[in-house]
Amino acid sequence: MLKKLSKTSRRDYITYGIVIAFYLIVQLFKVTGLLSSHMEGLLVPLTYYSLAAVSLNLTVGILGELSLGHAGFMCIGAFSASLFSVYTKGLLPGGLRFFIALLIGTILAAIFGFLIGIPVLRLKGDYLAIVTLAFGEIIKNILAAVYFGYDEAGLHISFKSFQLQGEGKMLINGAMGIQGTPTDSNFTIAVILLLLALVIIQHLIGSRDGRAIMSIRDNRIAAESVGINITKYKMLAFTISAAIAGSAGVLFSHNTSTLTATSTYFGYNVSIMILVYVVLGGIGNIRGSIIATTILYALPELLRGLNTYRMLIYSIVLIAIMLFNWAPKAIEWRKKNLSSIKGRFAK
Amino acid sequence: MALLQVDNLSISFGGLRAVDDFNLTIEKGELYGLIGPNGAGKTTVFNLLTGVYQPNEGLITLDGQNITGKSTIEINQCGIARTFQNIRLFKDLSVIDNVKVGLHNQYHYSFMDTMLRTGKYRRTEKEITEKACALLEVFGLQDEKDFLSSNLPYGKQRKLEIARALATNPKLLLLDEPAAGMNPNETGELMDTIAFVRKNFDMTILLIEHDMKLVSGICEKLTVLNFGRVLCQGKTSDVLNNPEVITAYLGE
Repeated sequence: MLKKLSKTSRRDYITYGIVIAFYLIVQLFKVTGLLSSHMEGLLVPLTYYSLAAVSLNLTVGILGELSLGHAGFMCIGAFSASLFSVYTKGLLPGGLRFFIALLIGTILAAIFGFLIGIPVLRLKGDYLAIVTLAFGEIIKNILAAVYFGYDEAGLHISFKSFQLQGEGKMLINGAMGIQGTPTDSNFTIAVILLLLALVIIQHLIGSRDGRAIMSIRDNRIAAESVGINITKYKMLAFTISAAIAGSAGVLFSHNTSTLTATSTYFGYNVSIMILVYVVLGGIGNIRGSIIATTILYALPELLRGLNTYRMLIYSIVLIAIMLFNWAPKAIEWRKKNLSSIKGRFAK
Repeated sequence: MALLQVDNLSISFGGLRAVDDFNLTIEKGELYGLIGPNGAGKTTVFNLLTGVYQPNEGLITLDGQNITGKSTIEINQCGIARTFQNIRLFKDLSVIDNVKVGLHNQYHYSFMDTMLRTGKYRRTEKEITEKACALLEVFGLQDEKDFLSSNLPYGKQRKLEIARALATNPKLLLLDEPAAGMNPNETGELMDTIAFVRKNFDMTILLIEHDMKLVSGICEKLTVLNFGRVLCQGKTSDVLNNPEVITAYLGE
């Protein structure tokens, strides 16, 4: 059957296959009790960082613009969805509530992506990176400072702490963030979401829109000369990327009951960590982003036993992956050896 | 009526009048050459015609339609396609995808078709692929269609750029120094390709070139630019024998 498929769709199916296989193996470990509860707790974070990496790869690898503000879009998705879930807790059944929260988080992140994209995508290269970084930080800092609640008098929003009158509830409590988000997300939902994001991105890449986006990446002037609407396609890619990052944020916020907009979760260091996953997985290589995220996220946790040497080994692995992916000699070696393996399979 | 009519076109960069009072008339089906010494403003004329620069004065009419001041994208849709002096391919896309990008505005399906890979998506993509393959075959690139375009040899990259420009279905094709960096064999092959394109696609072509063998071999009419001004205009043989042109450009 694989023979009939075109090269690109075969590549797509292999990516879905890898994700599904990983999911099934994890389920197997779970059933047989081989998975420690500590490891089990890492599964959802692993998936939302994969989601974030995949979404950033759409901006960096496919659109060819360096964005350092993806944690900001995650932050928007996380807070808006969490607000909705906290507000409707007890009013809506869990599944439906999470579904609507997911829609809200994703759409709001997309809207912010669109609005931020209007000024930012006029910039190029380093300038774009710095401005997206700034936007990410602005979003995080605003959400870390805002107080938002409701009481009998209505909705209140302020940058100063205030007292609610009578019956009411503080939804965002300044630096304390949002308390009591129902933990609606789980590994199965996370994997479904990741697969959905993969379908969206890979279908986009395989379409005329995707080709237009990649042509802008490769040569803006030439793309314009054959009638490609630069602004439209840049905005399209950036908005979809922001939306997927937002959905990663929704997963994040529904995995913990306390959501705070701190640097640990939404700072620029998180954006850079995601960028590390993208670069080491291969810029423009969607599948690579997921694999790199899995290895690099799980590794420090798996090495906990080695305590002191943990980060040392982590850095060595970073360098090793980088060499494996980018060194010309390594690429040559990989091509030669992997193609012979592939050849054997084809027979 | 002329296919391309340019009247009194001028542009200044700061104090420099890069193109001054430029006039040009190209009839449908003509193969027209634009020559002149380095820095004479030839590529600037191309950039004005394709909307990269906006002229300070003048009027550009394509097939009866005023295209002065339109954007590059609109002008491409009106029917002018170009190649570049320094090749500008989409280097990380395959050869066939380069042509498919050129076909972008001729085949449409919606974003929903893309996401759901509907029947319309598959039918249209099939048509696009067939059309792109047909174009590649014209240029003898069908065997390299899955190569990265940056891996093609130089001469084939030039051809691919022409194929991509033709994919936008233009009325007028602008070639900016198509023979630059080619050896005599490749230039000869290129001349055949240009003649072939003109005949089979019923194409009007305006080209910039320094290779006099190519210019005298295939161009019917010439315009010589010098310091942004038209020095001489007319039939190739007349222009090349004009004493002013010989002093300014060709050399005694």
